[in-house]
Amino acid sequence: MTSRIRVSWRASVGLTGDVLTALPIPIAFPLLIAIYYGESPLPFLAAIAVSLAVGAAFRSVKDPAEDLGPREAFLAVALIWFLVAAVGAIPFVVAGVGTVAHPVNAMFEAMSGLTTTGATVLVDFSLHSRSVLMWRQVIQWLGGLGILILATAVLSEIGVGGAQLMETETQTQDVNKLTPKISRTAQLIWGIYFGLTGLAVAVYFLLGLAVDPQMDLYNAVAHAFTSVATAGFSPEPLSVGAFHPLIQWAVVPFMVIGSTSFVLIYFAINGEPMRLLKNEEFHFYLGAMGTLASIVAFALFLDPSVTFGAEATVRHAVFNVASIVTTTGYASTDYVLWAPAAKHMLFMGMFIGGMVGSTTCSIKSLRWLVALKSFRRNLYTAIHPEAVRPVRISGKPVDEGAIRDIYAYLLLSIVIFFLLTVVIVVDAERTGLRVTEFEALGAAATTFLNIGPAFGEAGPYGTFASFPMSTRAVMIVLMWIGRIEIIPVLVLFTKAFWTS
Amino acid sequence: MHVVVIGAGEVGTSIAGSLASDHEVVVVDVDPDRAEQLKYEIDVLTIAGDGTSSEIQTAADVGRADMVIACTDNDQTNLVACGTAKTLGDGFTIARVKSTDFLRTWQGNEGAFGVDFMVCTDLLTAENIVRVIGLPAAIDVDPFASGLVQMAEFEIAEGSPVAGQTVSEADRFESLTFVGLFRDGELTIPRGDTGIEAGDRAVVIGSPESVQAFATDVAPETTPDEADDIVIVGGSEIGYQTARLLGERELRPRVVEKDQERARWLAEQLPKSVVMEHDATDAEFLTRENVDDSDIVVTALGSDEQNLLVAVLAKRLGVDRVIAVVDSPDYVTVFEEIGIDIAINPRTVTAEEITRFTYESVAENIAVLENDQAEVLELELTEGCALVGRPISEMVSEIDARFVIGAITRGHQLVTPRGDTVLQPGDHVILLVDSDSVSEITSMA
Repeated sequence: MTSRIRVSWRASVGLTGDVLTALPIPIAFPLLIAIYYGESPLPFLAAIAVSLAVGAAFRSVKDPAEDLGPREAFLAVALIWFLVAAVGAIPFVVAGVGTVAHPVNAMFEAMSGLTTTGATVLVDFSLHSRSVLMWRQVIQWLGGLGILILATAVLSEIGVGGAQLMETETQTQDVNKLTPKISRTAQLIWGIYFGLTGLAVAVYFLLGLAVDPQMDLYNAVAHAFTSVATAGFSPEPLSVGAFHPLIQWAVVPFMVIGSTSFVLIYFAINGEPMRLLKNEEFHFYLGAMGTLASIVAFALFLDPSVTFGAEATVRHAVFNVASIVTTTGYASTDYVLWAPAAKHMLFMGMFIGGMVGSTTCSIKSLRWLVALKSFRRNLYTAIHPEAVRPVRISGKPVDEGAIRDIYAYLLLSIVIFFLLTVVIVVDAERTGLRVTEFEALGAAATTFLNIGPAFGEAGPYGTFASFPMSTRAVMIVLMWIGRIEIIPVLVLFTKAFWTS
Repeated sequence: MHVVVIGAGEVGTSIAGSLASDHEVVVVDVDPDRAEQLKYEIDVLTIAGDGTSSEIQTAADVGRADMVIACTDNDQTNLVACGTAKTLGDGFTIARVKSTDFLRTWQGNEGAFGVDFMVCTDLLTAENIVRVIGLPAAIDVDPFASGLVQMAEFEIAEGSPVAGQTVSEADRFESLTFVGLFRDGELTIPRGDTGIEAGDRAVVIGSPESVQAFATDVAPETTPDEADDIVIVGGSEIGYQTARLLGERELRPRVVEKDQERARWLAEQLPKSVVMEHDATDAEFLTRENVDDSDIVVTALGSDEQNLLVAVLAKRLGVDRVIAVVDSPDYVTVFEEIGIDIAINPRTVTAEEITRFTYESVAENIAVLENDQAEVLELELTEGCALVGRPISEMVSEIDARFVIGAITRGHQLVTPRGDTVLQPGDHVILLVDSDSVSEITSMA
């Protein structure tokens, strides 16, 4: 006897179809670039064709009677993130040059892009057409704030189901409805994202005109896409290190703002800046970043192997710490060459993450703040067992259930990170690749926490192409799981999800 | 005066009792037995029925009433009764409520619910407890303007830090006014350079927080401060309000509450207080948490039996001062006889407050000082009265009377009087007046 499936999967698949049929719109951007530069438009036409075909097929199973509940949202979020990445991989395969011509590598590059990780398997950047390189940037920009919040903003079919989707996409917080209609809220948030990206284009381009001809309009757009999205791809093999120091400084605030809660930015723009400035998570996030940057600067100052001037020492410390903590993954210099002290600080920074409700990834400041505060509370209740002490963030009590969820999430993240490290080490040994433990730890953290570069071969100026194919396949899955905060994927593997 | 009292519980009975001799009082109660019985206790007309129905209110002749007092145990009933009364006539309506939410709504919107004056039982009780706790050094304390303003009289002891200072040195608080100084029984209207000597009695008017802060300056030894350990047992509404008000006065009480959800709620509402979830009748717990060493214990549990038990326990463990909330007025003396320092009855407090309000006078509220040498009055200014429309400094120089304006409340907000402050109609003014000038001042309001 087969047990009845209790998930209205037709609703999830139908929604996935809706998203896939809308995907040709962003793909049109690199298509135009290809036409402008006289490059082959075929990679993008192929992606558009597949996207429309699969989308139409998915839409055909839609049953209008079925509602999008919590379970359907889990399924839809997992499916959409995976399939959008799969469509995103098509241009790399069709273009057929370099390492990304291989389907697994193409999927790695697309998943790393969409999840705003920024780890790359490209080896020789000069092989690739400008349109393909721009596609990597566009796909990161799409993934930056989350695809579902974008879908809610632009697809009128979603309606109130958008609240469920946005909540599923970011596990950390309840959806903060800024307006009665969820689609309007999503539009407001995306409007800020759009505006910041536009501002970044303008700032980079004008600075480029002033100090650095390499920062042309193409590069300004490409880097604006991936800095506000805290994503990290760059069409330049030297990342942001290829540009004038002034431009490097200019990138820092956009990464930092990208990792700041967009809800609080919304309030700040609308005349309530205190809600942002007095937010404890904001203090924690800036404080962590500032502390790490100072320690790294000090370590670099002491390190005889790197001889930057005073400005450059501070700039490289601030830039790379900000890049790691915001989970962007740019680099201003090859920090693989730094002394262990500075590198370990960067490694530690990988676990912090920016604020919830932003484009950041990793564990996120709010979770650490709640965990630290509730641990401090435990110390107090050890002395006064009867004391009732709510954990407060910015004066607001945090629900005890939420604290348990956060503890569980932290533990789960650390366990998965640890397992991935072991997989990397074992798989490397199987294929005879030399990977040190620190490099394995770094590579595991950087992919699962969606940061980008790691250390050693996988450093900011290196590539993930040297890892065995099997390791990269595992990383694809973990970038996917990590970006949508573990739960939506893991619940799909429980029996209860499908049958009870 | 024709007065209708709705609700013949302890509060209603007490109010009706004190008004019966001078006024025409009708009491409405939903319970026919209670209505019947009351007829023989006090000289009033009683009507059995629902006080919110216009039929019953018409029977009680509310349309002609000068005052309608709704004081049943149910907030909604009282509010609806006042609303109904306003549709029948334009008598002054007074409602007793427990919920501070209703009080806030009423304070923010004049005439909300058809209520002209609202008395919040639990808040009033808490304010009483806080006065007892916070101002042991004061000879006399009186609340004005629904608790927004306090008048307090202090005797400046030998060695008080304030002794030897001038008034302007001592009065370093924004919302506090030094209104009077008694030296050898003689009233002086203080000026900035008036010196304060030991043995003087100082009268101040201001926000309760500023009065509390001034008390700390005058008598640092006896006035509780942050270092003093205050424990509130029972997180009832009274317990909560007490903790909240003490918190506003920079004191950090601990709260003990047995119910898990209520304890959590209290802890969320009182970020500066430590809330403990436990049964306060457990002596072992009280000792472990050092409640026996605390300076003040307030019991605000649900029943008199529990309050009695905890109060006696606290006293036995060696707590200095124990203040008990006693629900039944009959037990107040019992509590005090067995050694509880102060017993406070919420119903008595409420009845007193409402009764005080019913006194016929231009002044809404009066405190008499030092053998009637001076009075502190609360006046509500009417359109076109002589005090309105001029800066205070100009007015003081023209009026030939000895008085000092201590505080002004405008729309339930405290306004600190300055020389250039212009009084407006509707303002409540709290002022100290030389007894000889009282009639002159009240005739101007």
